[in-house]
Amino acid sequence: MSAPLIEMRGITKSFGAVKANEAVDLAVAPGEILGLLGENGAGKTTLMNVLFGAYAPDAGEILVGGRPVAIHNSADALAAGIGMVHQHFHLAPRLTVLENLLIGIPGKSGRIDRAGGLARLKEIGRQHGLSLDPDLPVSALSVGEQQRLEIIKALFRGAKLLILDEPTAVLAPSEVDGLFAALRSMAAQGLGIIFISHKLNEVRALTHRCVVLRHGKVAGRVDHPAGTTSAEMAKLMCGHEIVPPAKGESTPGASVLTLDGISTSGHAGTTLREVSLFVRSGEILGIAGVSGNGQRALADVISGMLSPDTGTMTIAGKAVAQFSPRELQALGLGRIPEDRMTTGLVTNLPLADSMVLPRIGTEAFSRKGLLNPAAIRAFAEAQIKAYDIRCPGPMVRAGALSGGNLQKALLARELAFDPKVLIVSQPTRGLDIGAARFIHEKFMVMRGKGCGIIVISEDLEEMLMLSDRIAVMYEGRIAGTLFGADATVARLGLMMTGAEGRS
Amino acid sequence: MFRLEARTSTPAWFNLALPLLAIAVALVLCSGLIAIAGAGVIEAYSVMLSASLGDSYAITETLVRAAPMIFTGLAVATAFRAKFWNIGAEGQLLAGAVASCAVGAIPMPGYLAMLLMALVGAAAGAIVALVPATLRVKFKVDDVVSSLLLNSVIYYALMALIEGPWKDTFSGYPISPPIEDSANFPVLIEGTRLHIGVVVALIAAPLIWFLIARTTLGFRIRVTGENPEAARYGGINVQRVLLSTALLSGALAGLAGVGEVGGVHFQVMSDISPGYGYSGIVVAMLARLNPLGVVPAALFLAAVMTGAEAMSRATGVPAFLSDVIQGTALLAMLVALLFTAYRVRRVGASA
Repeated sequence: MSAPLIEMRGITKSFGAVKANEAVDLAVAPGEILGLLGENGAGKTTLMNVLFGAYAPDAGEILVGGRPVAIHNSADALAAGIGMVHQHFHLAPRLTVLENLLIGIPGKSGRIDRAGGLARLKEIGRQHGLSLDPDLPVSALSVGEQQRLEIIKALFRGAKLLILDEPTAVLAPSEVDGLFAALRSMAAQGLGIIFISHKLNEVRALTHRCVVLRHGKVAGRVDHPAGTTSAEMAKLMCGHEIVPPAKGESTPGASVLTLDGISTSGHAGTTLREVSLFVRSGEILGIAGVSGNGQRALADVISGMLSPDTGTMTIAGKAVAQFSPRELQALGLGRIPEDRMTTGLVTNLPLADSMVLPRIGTEAFSRKGLLNPAAIRAFAEAQIKAYDIRCPGPMVRAGALSGGNLQKALLARELAFDPKVLIVSQPTRGLDIGAARFIHEKFMVMRGKGCGIIVISEDLEEMLMLSDRIAVMYEGRIAGTLFGADATVARLGLMMTGAEGRS
Repeated sequence: MFRLEARTSTPAWFNLALPLLAIAVALVLCSGLIAIAGAGVIEAYSVMLSASLGDSYAITETLVRAAPMIFTGLAVATAFRAKFWNIGAEGQLLAGAVASCAVGAIPMPGYLAMLLMALVGAAAGAIVALVPATLRVKFKVDDVVSSLLLNSVIYYALMALIEGPWKDTFSGYPISPPIEDSANFPVLIEGTRLHIGVVVALIAAPLIWFLIARTTLGFRIRVTGENPEAARYGGINVQRVLLSTALLSGALAGLAGVGEVGGVHFQVMSDISPGYGYSGIVVAMLARLNPLGVVPAALFLAAVMTGAEAMSRATGVPAFLSDVIQGTALLAMLVALLFTAYRVRRVGASA
């Protein structure tokens, strides 16, 4: 291994009483892809924010090319050759690709150096196979393309070390392959890359070496990720073995949710065309598909956020007259939205408020328009205990919780009312292994109790593990449904791309 | 070198400390203006203090001035909680004043007249507030702009009335005819202007607090304001909440106008409100949108207004200083709010 490009020595950073990082050592050599693994809250993002200058470390030093440097802000980091692609992009949507690249770059005598920028963009495209139309506005780019632009932006500013914070969380499976190819090419040309993730298969496929963080400390280092099993790495991450939940026997009963010929319009994204499906009690129906094939419209219709133009829906034998969250809930539907932070919770209000929100008008939490604060608090406290939601208490700001704990809170608020049907979108997106495992177990318990569950997910492994049946969506239709052993990654993949239809 | 770092939580004492800090900053900044005007800073402020809080009469005057700002402050705080940006409390106040004055001029038993004045005045304010709210809900019209511009519409409509058909024929001035004597609000302390409306204002604050904190409507207002999408997903009719909030907010601002007609002026004139509707925004921000905080915030502004006139007479500093203090306090408060989301950290200056 050649001399390290960047080295972090003994980095310690505390927030109040919490040690987010404790004596962390880490080095990246030129041409190396380093995986940074850890559960949510293990300190990965804090460590990278220290490296990128967003936080000042309490102790420790950062060396670039063997010399200690002080990094106080992103400009210092960029000057030291460190570029970062954040989970949430920092782009100006109304400006074009080229304009975004040129933001903050001094031009010649007060004018923007367009020609020079174009040349540089072309060169980066040639070197790493990363191309984008320079004149397209960012708002016209897909999420994957926006990410590519962020990477180009870092390279444009001369980054020799690229930090990617959970880059695959926002990508479809096919886009992940493209990203990995680009990262490998960049590494082959001598760049150092830090790849943050908690998806073990990705880390094993991509990285040369990885560092595992747990509770802010280095829990272990893996020198040959490809030759290490996911189970071993998971054990380093969590500190204990992870066993997938057992899928108990369950005999599906009568249909608890039926969609018949549902079509939609006027919805941003793909609309539904003649969608018919059903889920029975004690059964998990998976909805697979490449992102953007109508899954969001389907989730919106079933959860009452969107009224279909044609078609009917019945819940537990009762026809839905009015598509509103309140009516569907009254019929026995439980809902967990795709986006926890924007659709599920009110981050600025106490956690308890979010937990009672959908049922605030019911006898359980209010009477004649007056809230029952004691009941609200008691409910939240009971659920926090039952679901092991890690938080200081029910009155803490919901936004202060980690993703896994938020998802548990959303699950608790629905399951506490014993829904007959549960619709869940992307149940474990962005969650660490432990939290995902917990969520999956709860689904199995509900299935055993006779609840019909619809899981919409882009994670095929999850889909195969949970589902009794899998329906594949393609261009707003159900392309086909697969049962048990028929459902393989290969078959699903074909149906997802529209190559095969079967029902 | 200093830098800002995001906070994960805000200490509770900030709710008290930040407004006090903002007020202190405003007073310090304005002392420069006093010095430029050629007066002693300490002298000017002490005249202000004694004229607004120095004796029992001064205190009643401050209370009388605070009452309309408690109402407009509550109106703005309620609206802002739901993120209905009601900048139109001034117009809603004027509408409430006109409507209650029209009712108060009709001969009828006094208590009935006062009750009707309050109801009709509140309704008038509510209807005015409903205009920008409806425009926003139905046509996505920006409520800041529409509610603000409506203030001018109402003001000039009022002027047209009192210059024209509604001009007081007896006096010949551009003022409306007075309300019936029996409709004048009872005075609580002989020899002062402390009327029953002030007590109503002081009671309204805890009532609105209760409504926001302890009722399902208040819950829906809070949730809708913080995250309309989560509110809709949770089964809340967001549009209906916005319209209800507008009605409530407008009614409160309308009551400010009722109090001015029934308790202070007994008729409508062009300067019936020295910008109480706009001061309501300052009050609500200083109170951090907490209805209970509205009372001390309104008392502060009222003391500044009452005191500024006496200071002007005693030291020659223009009474406009009270507007400058208000404005500076609002700006200081907006800056101070930064500290609820960020903390200032000192970092090593080494490079």
